[in-house]
Amino acid sequence: MYRGREGMWSWILHRVTGLGILLFLAIHIVDIYLLGWPDVFNKLLFLYRHPVFRVAEVFLVAAVLYHALNGLRILLVDFWVEGTRLHRQIFWVQVGIFLLIWIPTAFLMLSPVVFGR
Amino acid sequence: MRVVLKIKRFNPERDREPYWAEYEVDVEPVDRVLDALEYVKWHLDGTLAFRRSCAHGICGSDAMLINGRNRLACKVLVKELGARITVEPLRGFPVIKDLVVDMEGFFAKYRAIKPYLINDEPPPETERRQSPEERARFDDTTKCILCAACTTSCPSFWANGEYIGPAAIVNAHRFIFDSRDRGAAERLAVLNARLGVWRCRTIFNCVEACPRGIDVTRAIAEVKRALLFSSL
Ligand code: HEM
Ligand code: FES
Repeated sequence: MYRGREGMWSWILHRVTGLGILLFLAIHIVDIYLLGWPDVFNKLLFLYRHPVFRVAEVFLVAAVLYHALNGLRILLVDFWVEGTRLHRQIFWVQVGIFLLIWIPTAFLMLSPVVFGR
Repeated sequence: MRVVLKIKRFNPERDREPYWAEYEVDVEPVDRVLDALEYVKWHLDGTLAFRRSCAHGICGSDAMLINGRNRLACKVLVKELGARITVEPLRGFPVIKDLVVDMEGFFAKYRAIKPYLINDEPPPETERRQSPEERARFDDTTKCILCAACTTSCPSFWANGEYIGPAAIVNAHRFIFDSRDRGAAERLAVLNARLGVWRCRTIFNCVEACPRGIDVTRAIAEVKRALLFSSL
């Protein structure tokens, strides 16, 4: 394994999250398509209420949030003259913003699962 | 200081696959990895093959993958790495023997960006003048020693060996932004191709690897912006 730093790991995560979102989107298109058969659609709804899916959703939010924030960092690197010099600092600021948004969101999303309301 | 040097070796005339060989060497902490390699070659195993010429970080011969990062063996001290040092040939190039790689493709890409002054205007009475500000515009990219540490640290290059790579872009930058040069359009056309500058995903391994401290990704970003906005 090449020992790259923030730049390499942020890129790997960007690709992983990008492909992850794409996979979710494909599944989502299929399940919305099933609305054409309301019986089938309703029978499958239990999947969305299942705790495993609820937890997975929290990670979907993480993927979209990371991808969006990192996309903004890439824009800075590409178009702001200081971006390439400061990319590592921007990355850690981005991690901070990510946690600030993701942790409360995860709490809100999971409390119905954990506390039943 | 006792150091175990683990070297990825390969002799295509004898070995079917590369293999790891370990050597114990006695070195000073302030010795360089190059000194350790020379110790192996001179005292332990004369068949070990590697390139070096200047031994002072200026010829660019001895870039290799040392403890997971591309560096010049003549520029990294043993004490920076500890008692176990792994050395591999640069990634993405065919191995000729041990740490010696075939750099022909690398130099072909260097030639493709026309790394020389292009200017057909009649020569002036004295020299082609340039202000300090105009000279500063491309100062960073004049430092390249063509060691290939950047290009072979780049995941885009590993994924597609046809990618022109950071080193060629850096050397194109050196002339594109030179106020005396008139060949920018020719070079930008090469860099705008499918395997040109747009393969860069701003991964920054090249910047970490460059033994000359060139801000490679910045140079690439400037070329990308020049292509986008045709602003030189
Ligand atoms: C929600 C649907 C999205 C999907 C399915 C998606 C998917 C992808 C994929 C697969 C890549 C390629 C990554 C690579 O080549 O390394 C990519 C790159 C990129 N995405 Fe997204 N993305 C989405 C949303 C976003 C959003 C919301 C932003 C920004 C706010 C964004 C910004 C970017 C940027 C800047 C790149 C280029 C990355 C690079 O140069 O390496 N994307 N996206
Ligand atoms: S031997 Fe010349 S750069 Fe290291």
